[in-house]
Amino acid sequence: MPRLNSDADLDTYRGELLAAQDADKPRITICSGTGCHALRSDKVHQAFVDELERNGPDGRVDILRTGCHGFCERGTIVTVLPQDVTYLQVKPDDVAEIVAKTILRGEVIDRLLYQDGDGPGILREEEIPFYKHQSPFVFGLNRFIDPKNIDSYIVRGGYAALSKALFQMSPEQVLEEVKEAKLRGRGGGGFPAGAKWQTTRDAPGDIKYVVVNADEGDPGAYMDRSLLEGNPHRVLEGLIIGAHAIGARQGFVYVRQEYPMAVENLSIALEQAREYGILGPSVLGSGLAFDVRVHRGAGAFVSGESSALMCAIEGRVGEPRPKYVRTAVSGIWGRPTNLNNVETWATVPLIIDMGADWFTSIGTENSKGTKIFSLVGNVNNTGLVEVPMGMTLRQVVYDIGGGIPRDRKFKAVQTGGPSGGVIPEKFLDLPVDFDELAKAGSMMGSGGMIVMDEDTCMVDTARYYLDFLAEESCGKCTPCREGISQMLKVLRRICAGDGREGDIELLEEISEMVEGWSLCALGATAPNPVLSTIAHFRDEYEAHIREKRCPADVCKALTSYYIDPEKCEACMLCLKNCAVGAITGGKNLVHVVDQATCTKCGTCLDVCPSRFDAVVKLSGVPMPEPVPAGTQVTRKRGRAQ
Amino acid sequence: MSDVALVINGRSVTAETGMTILEAARSAGVDIPTLCHHEKITPFGACRLCTVEITKEGQRGRSRLVASCVYPAEEGLEVQTESDTVVKGRKLILEMLLARSPGVRELREYGRRYGADPGKFSLEPSFCILCGLCVNYCAEVKGKHAMGFMGRGVERQVMFLPEVASEECAKCGDCFTLCPTGIWPSNYGLARVPHWG
Repeated sequence: MPRLNSDADLDTYRGELLAAQDADKPRITICSGTGCHALRSDKVHQAFVDELERNGPDGRVDILRTGCHGFCERGTIVTVLPQDVTYLQVKPDDVAEIVAKTILRGEVIDRLLYQDGDGPGILREEEIPFYKHQSPFVFGLNRFIDPKNIDSYIVRGGYAALSKALFQMSPEQVLEEVKEAKLRGRGGGGFPAGAKWQTTRDAPGDIKYVVVNADEGDPGAYMDRSLLEGNPHRVLEGLIIGAHAIGARQGFVYVRQEYPMAVENLSIALEQAREYGILGPSVLGSGLAFDVRVHRGAGAFVSGESSALMCAIEGRVGEPRPKYVRTAVSGIWGRPTNLNNVETWATVPLIIDMGADWFTSIGTENSKGTKIFSLVGNVNNTGLVEVPMGMTLRQVVYDIGGGIPRDRKFKAVQTGGPSGGVIPEKFLDLPVDFDELAKAGSMMGSGGMIVMDEDTCMVDTARYYLDFLAEESCGKCTPCREGISQMLKVLRRICAGDGREGDIELLEEISEMVEGWSLCALGATAPNPVLSTIAHFRDEYEAHIREKRCPADVCKALTSYYIDPEKCEACMLCLKNCAVGAITGGKNLVHVVDQATCTKCGTCLDVCPSRFDAVVKLSGVPMPEPVPAGTQVTRKRGRAQ
Repeated sequence: MSDVALVINGRSVTAETGMTILEAARSAGVDIPTLCHHEKITPFGACRLCTVEITKEGQRGRSRLVASCVYPAEEGLEVQTESDTVVKGRKLILEMLLARSPGVRELREYGRRYGADPGKFSLEPSFCILCGLCVNYCAEVKGKHAMGFMGRGVERQVMFLPEVASEECAKCGDCFTLCPTGIWPSNYGLARVPHWG
């Protein structure tokens, strides 16, 4: 293991690693990020190991287990090199064929390729439409790197930016570069990182800290997780550059305990960095003393708030404290502390490497660079996407996301998690950046993007987020604790069909107070899901309250399942599948749902053959009188049987 | 120690450096309602009843809402302790707390002052209003940590730690008189039973 004592050492070592590489040697990469892991990529890996052992070519085939590639919808993703063919949805059963055909004979297996319509399968990963429209500057390296091996990062140019910052730039120059790049915090608020760094640098005191916020907790968001799991050295490199610029000698990574792979890969990365001399008493021999400690968070959403996070690192309860003196000046143990999110730190090496001019050439006026979003919900291609700031929502949802499944209609995108809001269809051409999203009543947040189709109830969506926030509020301050709980009560009763006139106004009244009076940003942004749904979908609230109707047929209390006696063919399917025996009827007898027994699980609707289409959901209309028991079905004349 | 000059409700007030707005206001005879504040305890900033509206110089008259118990009195600050927004917010906070602990004297008095409707939200009594006076006083002034917060959000509650409380509380009892709800002594009675039993 090399000990890198200078920038020249690093260059020499990278040269050696490059020289040892053989571009023609057969290699495969297997995505082993969280998404693919859940799809059992470990089994695919084992199958490759076994199969290569039995039937592989002479000489070793390198297997690289990489971090998340982003296209989680189609995992496990396997790329075969040097042919550079990418196979999607690979199962252990496919492995023997891949070895026999592609690795040994160089043949392509069509059925495992990405199919775009009727055209030929797409061979290379970056040609797949999902990737083609992306700009994966921060995230893209994931698919070439084994996160457990520092060499695979170094050989790809890793730590070159650190070397440049340490040996060719003064701390002031580094800081200036970050400021000129107009880098804004990727964790939610979008605060200018350079200004924050400057504040901590200028704050009095010898001891300063830099911290990585990896307490990602928004429902549906996992980009920080995938970065930390897939490329921990990138985050670490950014952090060390920050320490150099700010004058910190100690770093912390606050990472959720619920991210075991992130904790593991990060810990391995730190260990290897120490062995190589990239962390320790003299980073790369530059004289900068810096080391990092991992703090595993005990799963509290509120601990992502800076002052709460710092309380937790100090060993106290992770609750926010009043911070009219900023944490950049008085943070952990009262020392100046600079906190940035995972993605922000991971962007820093790019800025140092490519320069602020390059970085500012991407993005919009006030939001530079790229942003990683986790594109989830009712969209065909779910996964992680990195796009330049300013790309429109339509491009993200349709060009990259591939549109809405089952030809449903688009309704809204929820961004910013529980602190954000919904953006309706009329804003689909909105360029996505910090300011535009805020103007539309939502926020960037950490980058969650949940696509919702027409079958989504907006009142229920608001209720879901408030439910989450009621659980995750720390309960310290009155506005957040009591306000969220009261808002949730109102939303629950609207969804239950007990909404009253004046409820919308009451929600607005409480929202206004909670927004202005809460102790921390969790409370201050908690009303956003409510306010944005009221702003864009007030008619849905009114339908629930006045007509007792859920326009999306979601709220159970307002929806009933009904079997159209004219269409029922008495096929017995729903009757047999009903878990509570709420459906009566029999052979040749019209089936009837007993509304008193029905639990509204929706199974009858799911199993009713589409050619009959007899089960319907009704909301806000009077339930038709059930046909008398024993009514015979009328076999259809002129209808296709 | 140098002084800072600020304006509270249109009146010029001089405060010592390091004072909070609340301290500056009280020393000038301006009453700001509080529930979680105590002179001997580090400002907790939790009840938010002491929120006031401030305008800083050079911010084009844009006002902000801040908790006066933690916000430092700054030179040139303009403070409104009873503006329309402030009164409206206090009323709502009191109404929500009254649904939790309708019998608390301070809540009822403040409630009358701000026109709070005790029936605005349906009653869901929890007795404790989570002001934290007992927890913080015990920790900071007595140094005993005989009680603490448990749970999160609406589940949050104050609990005695029986191991400490059984040793310390019988000879102290200071928090019994601090508790605005007056129910704390009975909670202590409940806490000691399982430990000694």
